[in-house]
Amino acid sequence: MNAMDSFALLSNGDALAWTDLPAWSVDDFVGATGAEIDRGGRLTSFFGVPEGDGVRLVAVIAFDADNTLAVGRSVPFSGSYPALTTTHEQAHLFEREVWEQHGLVPKDHPWLKPVRKDHGKGPGVCDFFRVDGLEVHEVAVGPVHAGIIEPGHFRFQCAGEDVLHLEIALGYQHRGIEEAVAGGPHRATVYQMETASGDSTVAHVTAYASVMEALAGAEAPLRAQWLRSLALELERLANHTGDLGALAGDVAFLPTASACGKIRGDFLNLTALICGNRFGRGLVRPGGCPMDVEPERLARVRERLEPALAEVEQAAGWLWDSASVRERFEGAGRLHATQAASIGLVGPAARACGLLRDVRYDHPTGWYRFAQVPVSVWPDGDVFARARVRWLEIQRSGEFLREQLDSGPEGEMRTELDAVAPDTLAVALVEGWRGEVCHVALTGADGRLRRYKITDPSFHNWTGLALAMRRQAISDFPVCNKSFNLSYCGFDL
Amino acid sequence: MFVPDSLLHRLKRGCETMSYPKGPAPALPDRHGGALRVEAAKCAEGCSACVPVCPTEAITRPVGKLMTLDLGRCIFCAECVKACPEGAIIQTGDHRMAVNQRNNLVLGGGKEQIRLAAALDVKLLRLFGRSLKLRQVSAGGCNACEADTNVLATIGWDLGRFGIQFVASPRHADGLLITGPVSKNMELALKKTWNAVPEPKIVIAVGACAIAGGPFIGNSQHHHGASAVVPVDLFIPGCPPHPLTILDGLLRLLDRLEEEKRKN
Repeated sequence: MNAMDSFALLSNGDALAWTDLPAWSVDDFVGATGAEIDRGGRLTSFFGVPEGDGVRLVAVIAFDADNTLAVGRSVPFSGSYPALTTTHEQAHLFEREVWEQHGLVPKDHPWLKPVRKDHGKGPGVCDFFRVDGLEVHEVAVGPVHAGIIEPGHFRFQCAGEDVLHLEIALGYQHRGIEEAVAGGPHRATVYQMETASGDSTVAHVTAYASVMEALAGAEAPLRAQWLRSLALELERLANHTGDLGALAGDVAFLPTASACGKIRGDFLNLTALICGNRFGRGLVRPGGCPMDVEPERLARVRERLEPALAEVEQAAGWLWDSASVRERFEGAGRLHATQAASIGLVGPAARACGLLRDVRYDHPTGWYRFAQVPVSVWPDGDVFARARVRWLEIQRSGEFLREQLDSGPEGEMRTELDAVAPDTLAVALVEGWRGEVCHVALTGADGRLRRYKITDPSFHNWTGLALAMRRQAISDFPVCNKSFNLSYCGFDL
Repeated sequence: MFVPDSLLHRLKRGCETMSYPKGPAPALPDRHGGALRVEAAKCAEGCSACVPVCPTEAITRPVGKLMTLDLGRCIFCAECVKACPEGAIIQTGDHRMAVNQRNNLVLGGGKEQIRLAAALDVKLLRLFGRSLKLRQVSAGGCNACEADTNVLATIGWDLGRFGIQFVASPRHADGLLITGPVSKNMELALKKTWNAVPEPKIVIAVGACAIAGGPFIGNSQHHHGASAVVPVDLFIPGCPPHPLTILDGLLRLLDRLEEEKRKN
């Protein structure tokens, strides 16, 4: 097989010349992409790159067991092409997005409709899949929800209390991040990356920094890589703790709900102790980290970490001890491993279906090459499993921080980056607390960003929530939704 | 067993709600920086080093005029503080930043620091001073402002002790708390929510996005802040504002900070 017959291989945080990428006719490209998925790949990103009068399709496929990413592209074309979704469900939203952004029509796509587009009345004003029948009724929820939460529209088809089908319409949070990056990086670009999904600031900005470093052919200093991993685990601790509390709240178990609400803040305040901001704004920049952590500051982080970890252990213990909580969590919103694999689920939600899938383990970059975190898996695929995986990960992240806080390498925090290489494509994956964050950057001949593609874990996982709700009582929706706790703005961009 | 264990925990810990505003405010993290102060008189002739480093174009210095800094556009990255050779932009460490008027956030030209928000008028205070129900609307927010608003309901902050509560329906609300730049896709939903709140009502814009568009200034898919769609009574800057900054703004509007002082 010569080079042009197969996908180009690269590893996480790597770059390759755009011209070295194989280019197929679109029919062959779709076939080749399907074949890569069939031999164990996972569709990580799939997007269009305008070129001349046409658009190229690009697929990034992850081979988790091989620590390898594969990239392929089509020749520029316009009009229609045979949909990948008909054989590979994980392409479903990607192909809708490509259709919305570039007008390329995936032929025989089973559910072709906008992903984020507005018709002046909000994205929820459109046709939904409907179930007909005398006893069937429809429930519409959102975009404005009951709590302090982002907007999205949920359309349930119900028979009595049972949900037959849930369709989720998003796009309300669309701020145009990808379009704004084009021609950049601009002054505001790094700040837009930090706010792609605010609760995953460190994950997104680390992915952005990694692609920019790869494009410049540089690596951040080891000390900066170490600090990024501490911040990423603190982000995971804060959000997982908050989620355990919120899950407890949704089944009216108040001791854990109120304790975790406070402890989540303790973890956020540790991030603020490092960089001044509770969400890690300003902590990561291309080339490294702008600020160092002096030994006294590290000592304070360690001192405050232990009581927070001890408290979350106690509060989580109440949750597992309570028969009423277990009764509500077990069996609720069950997703099977085969479903999870076919829709390309990522993050704790995938690991809660028994899938061994974690970027820190499968595609380690940065400090995770030296300090591994065991992958936390639970087999059942229900709300209990998703809660349980979070608890396992809280413990692993706590242990990681305990070990690594004092193991930081000496040296610089930041390196000056050279100009980025022209006509180059770089890919970075980061395991955020919600799952795999994927950033793909492509530079043009002028060395500016020509196309920037962000895939938040939520983009893969919203479909998982919809599937998990089938044959569930609609009253279990809040706890199922919280067990995924997906990002609206990360999806909408 | 969780029952004795959680009860014992609660007995041991006692009340975990902070004493503020009766007691001192909790300290901001030392690297936070807080509100900015501008000493435009310090600016060197012809220097505009701070202007190009600002990611949100919050700083202007027209030729021959004094520099101005708009804390409504500011996302507090402090790049200008680092860039200024004269130390004319100063991090005060002060958490208080909420204002009633948008232009009160523009510093410079004789105005060095923020003119903090005044309380509602007597009539509104009588209605809302001891019970304010708010409906939160995220309209393109990145969920950080939302998270740090939500945190006010936790046991450490206990917003309920001031009679402030977030409610599920706009029809039960006295006002809206808006986050995000107001994405075009949320415009209609925000207007409808606002219309559903009975008069008299107030609107609070939390965070740089809801004031002026934040890091997304210049993008065409949003409205550069809540004021473009609904009238705003209180602006709380930050990216995101610290929970203490948000609480200060709410208490200021309800005249509760002064009230606590009078009680002491």
